[in-house]
Amino acid sequence: MKTIFRLAVCFAILIQGQVYSQSGSMVKVTGGKFIPLYGTKEAVKVNDFQMDVYPVTNREFAEFVQKNPRWKRSQVKALFADESYLQNWKDDVIPGDEQLLNSPVTNVSWYAAKNYCECQGKRLPTVDEWEYVAMADETKADARVDKSYNKYILSWYETPQTFRNEIGSTFKNYWGVYDLHGLVWEWTIDFNSVMISGESRNDSTGDNSLFCGASAVGASDLMNYAAFMRYAFRGSVEARYSVKNLGFRCVKDENSEAL
Amino acid sequence: MKKLLFLIALIGILTSCNQGDDIISNPPVEVETKAYDFNQELPDLSVYHLPATWTTQDNEEIQMEDLRGNVLVMVMIYTSCKAACPRLIADMRNIEKQVPEKDLDKVKFIMVSIDPETDTPQRLKEFSQDNLMEDDHWMFLRGTPEDTREFAAVLAVSYKKISPIDFSHSNIISVFDEDGVLVHQQEGLGVDNKETIDAIHKEVSN
Repeated sequence: MKTIFRLAVCFAILIQGQVYSQSGSMVKVTGGKFIPLYGTKEAVKVNDFQMDVYPVTNREFAEFVQKNPRWKRSQVKALFADESYLQNWKDDVIPGDEQLLNSPVTNVSWYAAKNYCECQGKRLPTVDEWEYVAMADETKADARVDKSYNKYILSWYETPQTFRNEIGSTFKNYWGVYDLHGLVWEWTIDFNSVMISGESRNDSTGDNSLFCGASAVGASDLMNYAAFMRYAFRGSVEARYSVKNLGFRCVKDENSEAL
Repeated sequence: MKKLLFLIALIGILTSCNQGDDIISNPPVEVETKAYDFNQELPDLSVYHLPATWTTQDNEEIQMEDLRGNVLVMVMIYTSCKAACPRLIADMRNIEKQVPEKDLDKVKFIMVSIDPETDTPQRLKEFSQDNLMEDDHWMFLRGTPEDTREFAAVLAVSYKKISPIDFSHSNIISVFDEDGVLVHQQEGLGVDNKETIDAIHKEVSN
């Protein structure tokens, strides 16, 4: 009986170890040009980079917090996180009962997410990089014109509490990346960079004295309502905000060592 | 050159990671009679919790915290900007002119570059000379792209590179008290500076 128990424990550790190593893995994304919804009417270039296959999990973030006490809920400075930061955790280092270790970490501020990635030798993706990878469905690098692709995303936006699901529970896309749609929204390094403003300088809704080059910003594809929602959401958060359906993943420049 | 940039970036990453709150940088020597207490704990919302290192127009490396005890007036610009930035700079100069001479040694007017790749210390220096901003209370800073992005987040300044030489950015002038806590922001170009000047005056007299 004892041996069986021991075996079971070993097995459990093995499985856990496997899941853990999976969650830290990255895949290569081959760069290219695409026209994003906002920010430019011209194609933007995305370089080759590597992206985490999964969003960062509660387990991984708990380990990070243990090693970096300044990101503990009780110690984090108000400059870097609002009062919702890790709010459902049992204590400083243990996620709450309803938060599976293998679910994406949420209620983290942009500062915390950014520092997490930096501590792994990685960084947060840019909006352009994130959107570039997220245009893919299972088989195509750019599925944005597909009805089914947009339907899937929009039906997710209407599904509550998907942040409680575990990583890997949505589809694996063209690049081998999971969970870009269907689990949580994700921080980007320049989430605050796109300013939604009028198409023309005379548009009364755009306050042109606020921006340099304001007229360069406009929607290129309003049909893509799902993406529109994401840009609007990014524009509505501040770096201190810790939101319950907002997590993150990291990326790394391809050949960053070869510089 | 690339290697050097990488090294600088690496240092930035290393310093920005894993730092506790127990870093104490040397406070500048205080000669004022009404001395600012450098031993008191910084408020949670102080910008001095940002661990970044910045380079000035004189090629000196500083931490934001080295500025503790000053009232800071900050704006984010880039030197090759032809549209809004000259007006922002004009706004800054306008504000500076209205701060009484006796208060100027307690105030720093700081321009932080959103284009650190182009805005080398040399270039910032030339910019300060061209714009007659060479007094001690003018300061130009550049940091790593990551630290710049983080600083912009604190200031709620949005920016995006829209072409190889142009950035789209919001025009906000921010005032910080002696502890580095944001106390006032004015948004837009050529707006009435009165509230900003009042905020500076109030903080200097505190």
